[in-house]
Amino acid sequence: MLLGRILDEKFASLYRAGKIHGGVFIGRGQEALSVAVGQSLRKGDIFAPLIRDQAGRLAFGESAVDAARTYLGSVLGPMRGRDGNVHRGRPKEGYLPMISHLGAMIPVVNGMLLARRFKGVTGVVGATCLGEGGTSTGAFHEGLNQAAVEKLPLVLIVANNQYAYSTPSARQFACRSLVDRAAGYGVEGHSLDGTDLTACLETVGEAVANARAGRGPQLVVARLLRLCGHGEHDDAGYVDLKLKQSTMGRDCLKVAEEYLLQQNWVERETLVVWRNEATQKVEEAVAKAQREPTPDPYKENWCALASRHLVEGHGADTPEPEDT
Amino acid sequence: MSITYLEAIRLAQQRALADDPRVFIYGQDVGAFGGAFKATKNLAQEFPGRVIDAPISEDAIVGAAIGAAIEGMRPIIEMQFADFSTVGFNQIINHAAAFHWRTQVPCPITIRLPSGGTSGSGPFHSQSMEAIYAHYPGLIVMTPATVEDAYSMLLEAVAIDDPVIFCEHKYLYYHLKADQLPTEAMPTGKARIARSGRDMTIVAYSAMVHEALAVADELAAEGTEIEVVDLRSVKPLDTDTVMASVARTGRLLCVGEAFPWGGVTAEVIARVASEGFDLLDAPPQRLNAKDTPVPYHPNLWTVHRPTARSIAVAARKLLRQ
Repeated sequence: MLLGRILDEKFASLYRAGKIHGGVFIGRGQEALSVAVGQSLRKGDIFAPLIRDQAGRLAFGESAVDAARTYLGSVLGPMRGRDGNVHRGRPKEGYLPMISHLGAMIPVVNGMLLARRFKGVTGVVGATCLGEGGTSTGAFHEGLNQAAVEKLPLVLIVANNQYAYSTPSARQFACRSLVDRAAGYGVEGHSLDGTDLTACLETVGEAVANARAGRGPQLVVARLLRLCGHGEHDDAGYVDLKLKQSTMGRDCLKVAEEYLLQQNWVERETLVVWRNEATQKVEEAVAKAQREPTPDPYKENWCALASRHLVEGHGADTPEPEDT
Repeated sequence: MSITYLEAIRLAQQRALADDPRVFIYGQDVGAFGGAFKATKNLAQEFPGRVIDAPISEDAIVGAAIGAAIEGMRPIIEMQFADFSTVGFNQIINHAAAFHWRTQVPCPITIRLPSGGTSGSGPFHSQSMEAIYAHYPGLIVMTPATVEDAYSMLLEAVAIDDPVIFCEHKYLYYHLKADQLPTEAMPTGKARIARSGRDMTIVAYSAMVHEALAVADELAAEGTEIEVVDLRSVKPLDTDTVMASVARTGRLLCVGEAFPWGGVTAEVIARVASEGFDLLDAPPQRLNAKDTPVPYHPNLWTVHRPTARSIAVAARKLLRQ
């Protein structure tokens, strides 16, 4: 959670310094929920994270270096400069690289779970995350319905972070609570306070355990507020001040730290040590990725097919730069 | 024994299921019912648990196929009608097509699109989508015109490590018959000279090959020899065979059943014009369906898409140039 926060902050500062192409998308305010997902999954499970899941990705096993490599376009990263920022994963390790089309990862996780069923693999769970905006898409409805019909061990986590980019929840859906949708598909629903790490670990953990035990798809809806813009290019000036001041606007990291202190599980100095250690780890990861080569367009294999013999030569050639 | 184009598609799926435990079939009504066109008839009974009915959800059907393919399975999915694949368009072009490029992990899916027009089917059950999918890098687009190709290319599609859009033509389902299935087949990516000639080349694919062959017969009686090239797959597109044919004949007419704007015929003509302009004795021509949605009434439909009659008119006009 702390490492995710600091890694995100580093990416944001690199973006402001003009050292990252495209955009930076961080998870400030959603780390408790995200980390609970990554923490509840095991090796062999499937995880398809969304935009704000840096903390969950790390908890599921992603290295900080891989994250930095993708943002910085290192050819040694899992996407090798072909895709960037949050669009990264290692599919063979059950860790999927998202596409930008919201809801699209749900049926893909379903398909992976179906394949496991074909192979006779049991006891695995597939989890994917979404914002409340994504629940308005056809893919959400088709995907959740599909998982329900097939009784797949899918855990669908919805971070109701109050804004889909700038669109408030009131313009996104008209039902009383998104968790009511679970009943509509015949799946179990869970709602929780996404600013509270303990609640996140408990509820997400329960949903994952239910799915693992064969109780079919689980829908988890967390209430929280996104404590950042949609991306680092967005100042989030549209966020309602009252929401910021409400309990929903609490910083989940601070809430978690306060809880640890109240329980006398740590000293305040320990928190400082943790933060320094995480910062050092992040600096090392970024420095490593920065030293690595970026893609060379003239050495790139411009080939979209795995079946090389079926690649068309037509239009694929990139002229070499002329000698001057 | 006489095998229809539809039966060849069913037999190819049966063979794929029998040969490879990674293969499964997923789509609407493909299970016990045997498919809207009966292309999966009896397969659910023969291969229990491997031919699965899906809820109406083209987006989720393609998405699930992608997930299964990532896990090493070889899904065949049926879109029931090519027209409905638009609902799964996002997963096809943004996810399946881009997956190997992004991750280096293969995404072997066969997406069966019952394509093209049949009388009375109207705007939503008659479309030809091959040009749309051929536009996207990472997809292979097959358009078999014969019973033999329907069988061998579908088996090849399942074996290929990439997503394949398999455009099988509904009009050909019962109209074509063959005595036996091929044991050896011409590979995807090679066009076939369906008929040799010296006076003009007609490039066609899918059902239009047969309309073009009828025109070649008709004009042969008048002493004109038309060469008919069957593209077989529109991506990859066998430019070399097309170019060699045009080098022999000097004239090119390209025929497709899809809408005209930016289609396969436009691509063929662009390639010949840019790479083989000096081979041409007359401007290359194309003939497509009209630029309107596909009409319902047979009177309208038979004129909307190219037929032997309209191809013959276009061919005669080109021969005079």
